Parts: sequence; structure tokens; C-alpha cells
Amino acid sequence: MNRNSMAVLSKLAKRNPAEELPVYRLAVVGDCSTQHLSQAIRGTGIIHDVNIEIFDADYDQISAQIDDSSSELYSFAPDGVFIMMCTEKLYSRYLSTRADERVNFAQNEYGLISRRWNTLAGKTKSVIIQSLFCEYDDRVFGSFACRLPGSFIYQLRRLNMLISEGAAAGNNVYPVDFSFLASEMGYMTVKSPIVYGMAKLPFSTEYIPQAAEAVVNIILALKGKSVKCIILDLDDTLWGGTVSEDGMEGIQIGELGTGYAFSAIQTYMKELKNRGILLAVCSKNYEDKAKEPFLKHPDMILRLEDFALFVANWKPKAENIRYIQSNLNIGMDSLVFIDNSPFERAAVRAAIPEITVPEMPEDPAEYVNFLRRENLFEAVSYTPEDAGRTLLYRAEAGRRQAEKDSSTYEDFLRSLDMHAECDSFSSFWYPRIAQLSQRSNQFNLRTVRYTEADIERIARDSAYITRYFVLHDSFGDSGLISAFIMHPCDEESLFVESWFMSCRVLKRTMEEFIVNAMISAARRAGYKKVIGEYIPTSKNAMVSNIYSKLGFTDLGNGRFEADVASFVKNETFIGWY
Amino acid sequence: MLQEKEIIDRLNEIFAFVFDDDSIKITRATTSNDVDGWDSLTHVTLIGEIEEAFGFKFMMKEIVGMKNVGEMIDIIAQRAKK
Repeated sequence: MNRNSMAVLSKLAKRNPAEELPVYRLAVVGDCSTQHLSQAIRGTGIIHDVNIEIFDADYDQISAQIDDSSSELYSFAPDGVFIMMCTEKLYSRYLSTRADERVNFAQNEYGLISRRWNTLAGKTKSVIIQSLFCEYDDRVFGSFACRLPGSFIYQLRRLNMLISEGAAAGNNVYPVDFSFLASEMGYMTVKSPIVYGMAKLPFSTEYIPQAAEAVVNIILALKGKSVKCIILDLDDTLWGGTVSEDGMEGIQIGELGTGYAFSAIQTYMKELKNRGILLAVCSKNYEDKAKEPFLKHPDMILRLEDFALFVANWKPKAENIRYIQSNLNIGMDSLVFIDNSPFERAAVRAAIPEITVPEMPEDPAEYVNFLRRENLFEAVSYTPEDAGRTLLYRAEAGRRQAEKDSSTYEDFLRSLDMHAECDSFSSFWYPRIAQLSQRSNQFNLRTVRYTEADIERIARDSAYITRYFVLHDSFGDSGLISAFIMHPCDEESLFVESWFMSCRVLKRTMEEFIVNAMISAARRAGYKKVIGEYIPTSKNAMVSNIYSKLGFTDLGNGRFEADVASFVKNETFIGWY
Repeated sequence: MLQEKEIIDRLNEIFAFVFDDDSIKITRATTSNDVDGWDSLTHVTLIGEIEEAFGFKFMMKEIVGMKNVGEMIDIIAQRAKK
């Protein structure tokens, strides 16, 4: 039986998940039967260690659930609402549209869809996961339909585009691209006229697990589970052949013959790097031999500066991966390890169960298509800053060298000449603040994840006191590295609803600087107390005691209090920018 | 053509899995009334698993027309590819 067949997933869905699993509350509404899809989403969540609690609305109740403030959907208090609309229903609405009205079909459909989004946004803070339509055409006109604005496929494609544009303009809508997935897999695989006819299922039973996975990938990214670094082998992974034996001239790379497959994977990796995913090398090799192609080979697409870290030696790979992970200071479960050798993959998997190790195909020609289909790199945000992330980590390596060269740690901190920029949230920073809340797992006191729309709402609400922090030093700009959000809990006290920080700037006395800023913000607004809270997760133990270390009094139960008047400023090596 | 005995053994395994009941014993006379949890929802899952296991697709009239496991076995016997 298929490992992740519908039956397996529905069985998993019925199981009671471990209590410590993070919970995501998902409301599912559709114009088709969504029970199987819901079960598969829940089952897939359990495989990925998220307890997705589901409210699955009755058949064809999208508007009824969304328009009525007292509906089950709203009383369920969802974190996300998944709106599943199927092509079959769209087609039948198209058929009942008058011929002369069909040119406006997509626009009218989009009007309805965007009204639902607005209604939801007015009543809840939940994100919206909106299905795109699988491409279908009745071939009444053949390919001529592509130049006929009133044809179904013309209108369907326009509608998908309108949904994408609407999602790009707003901040709380995440389309799930069933259109792309259906063209990748084929409409005949994805759909089954029999199960649609009999049970109104939007997908064939064999495809439902993949459709569910597409939805779960978005939820995982929203929960902060995303890939941050790809660790790459070299020989027969990034080029063909063995550089230490064949020499730099002998490796396969470039336009010709088998080299093309390796150029393709290098190009793919470069794109991922440019979108903010770090690359690192982990190769059993002589370091100079391994670096030579990156420096001298004219056909190489990746260059040394594309890598945050380059590790080539003869130690076991698991050991090198642990070194890379601690050096970059990111979670092991945010790493992907890519190696052509089944032996190395198995060894790494056995030694480090948290890491993702794709079972690469034997033929390098299939590498890129295989990795594309794994969809390992789902994102829920993108900022131009992402492209420069490798530079940030390389500057970090420079700082570590400076630390080694300094006689004391204090000397090192002084030599960095650090200045922080600190202000309340402004629109330029909304995307980056939201993204940091989603990506920070270790230094995150309450692990509340915010979307851009949440951040905008908070920034505009005068009840909140917010600050973001950008750190500059002699090695450059670390970008936005921390933020906190406070709101009053009574007339005298402020509650720190969120405080998260990038681990890149740990132990630079940034924490001290931020807590000082918290207290002075509270003082300026006339509050007497600041209450902090620590909510433990499996990842954030490092900050369990941070408030007491920085001058708060431990009240027990993870709560801490600082008295504004008597607070003694923490010593910091960071000046105001 | 597959032997009836083999089909019923393999089917029994699928039923046990889909309905989460290892003690399940299907016969030719078994109907949806005899199996806990065999409703329209699980029926779709069951059909999907059988199609996957035996390598063929049921036709619509077969899915609608099957009165009991016996008729299911007869269809599988004629059409199974694995």
C-alpha cells in the first residue's frame, strides 16, 4: 500500500497526536466535498509534527459560513481559513452565464472571492489560504480559445491571475497553486470524473495526499518551519566526476553533454541563494582541490562567495554538518542535505534525524525536477533583504575572526563599534518584522507568529508600543534583527506580547540594549511596570531566563516583572545610531 | 486471472486497513451494513485503495451497482492488472 495514501492519512488523522505538538486551527470551506481533503491535511500535519485541528464546514457553505458572524467558522476561532473552490463548479457557473456576459466572468467571480476575503478580514485575524483553479478546457474552440476572451480557459486563467494579484496587494491571502500542480501532474491524474460525480471530491483519491501536502506546506511555513540552509556535496552532486582524481579540467559542467545536468542544479541552487536560502559545502575532499573549480573553472555558475560556509575535509559528514549548524546558529530541522551518495545520505539521516535528506534520483539529469517536486522551499514572505542574507553570514564569519584576534571579549565588542537604530514600527519594515516573527524559533519569548497584516494593524493601533532594532557595526549592517510589541494590561503596567531576535546577534549585548529600550519606552508612556512572559517551546530554552538575567523579578509561572522607577540599566556596548 | 482466494485475502487486508479493524473477516455476502464505518466517505477511500492495489479503475456503474463484496470480487477477478 502507498505510504501516504488517503487511507494512511485518514488513519493518522484519527490518532491522538502527542500533546507537545504545536497546534494550528484550520477552518476548511469549499464548494465541493472537503472531508477527504481535510482528513488528509490533518494526517499530513501529523507526519510533519503539527497538530492541525480542523473545522470542516458542510458541503457548499462558503458564503454562509463567512457572511454570518455567528457561524461555526467564527466560533471555531481559526488561525487559517482554507477556501477550496473547484474547477467543475466554476465551469458550471460559466455555462449558466449568458454568452455576451462571459467576457466579464472572471471579473465577477473575483468580485465574489475578494468580498469574502474582506469579510473574513473584518471579522478575524486569520490568514486565508485560497485555492487556485486547476486548468481545464472543454476544447469547444481548441487552441483558438486562447485568443477568445469569452472562452472558459481564457476566463479561468484570468481569474487565477486576479486572485494572485489580489493576494499580492493584500497581505493575508496565500494562494495554493493547484493550477501549477495540475499542469505538472496532468489534469487526468489530479481529477477523477467518477469521484467528482459520485461524491463531489475536487481531486482524485490518489492525488488528494499531494493536494493536502500543498496546503500543509503553507501552514508549516506560517508556523516558522522553513528551510534556511542547503548543505551540498560536490563530486557527482554539483559537478560530474571526482575533482581530486579527474582534476579540475576533467569534471563535467557546462553546456555540453552530461555537464548540462550539473549546470542546471547549480543554477537552481543560485536562485535559491538569491531568494535568501544559505548554501554551504560539505565534501569529503582536499580543501584546495575542492575550491579550485569555484575559483578558476569558467563554466561554474556557483562561486565561493555564494556559500556561507565551505567545509571540505575527511571527517564524517554528520560531524561537519553539526559544525555548520552551530556556526550558522540555525535549527537542525531547517537544514537540507543534498548528496548523490546513498551511503552518505543514510549515515547523515541515522546520525541526525531532524535534518531533511531528500532521496536524490540516481540520474543527475533528474536532480532539478526531483527537488522542484519535493517543494522544500515554501515561503510565506519575501523581502529584498533576503537576497543579501549570505553576505550577512559572511560578515559574521569576519566578526568571528575578529573575536579570535581580540585579547578579551570586551575588547572584541568595543572593536565592533556597534550602533543600533530603534524606532516604532513603520511601513518599510512591516514585511521584515513579520518575517522575523515567523523565522525566529530560539530567541522568541512567546513564539507568536505575525503576518504583515497583523504587524500593520498593531503598528496603527495606538494602544500598542512597538520597537524594531537594526544593528550596524564595523563589518556592516546586520539588518533588522529584533522587535518587541507591548500593550497595556492595566493602567500601570505594560505586557510584552512579543519579543524575538535573530540569533546572529547573540552575546553582543543587544539583549541588554533592547531591555533598556523597553523600560525607557514604558517610562516615557507613563507606565510603572513592565511584565514579560516566557512560553516554552521545544526550541526556545535559551531565553527561559533572559528576563531575570536582565533585571526583571521572577514571578513564577514564566512571568517576570520590572519596576520602571527602580530599574538599573543593563551595561551594553551598543550606542544609539 | 487471479484466484478468488487470493483476491479475498488481499481485499481483507485492505478492509482491515481502511476500517482500522484487524479482526475483520469479509465474505462474498458482506455488505456495507456489516462493516463498522463503511459509509459514503470511507467508500471513496476504499475504492481508491483497491484500485491502487489491483492496478485498475472501477467504472462508475460498477461503483454504484456493487451490492456486496461478492460482486466486488467478480469485478476484480475480471479486471485486475496486478
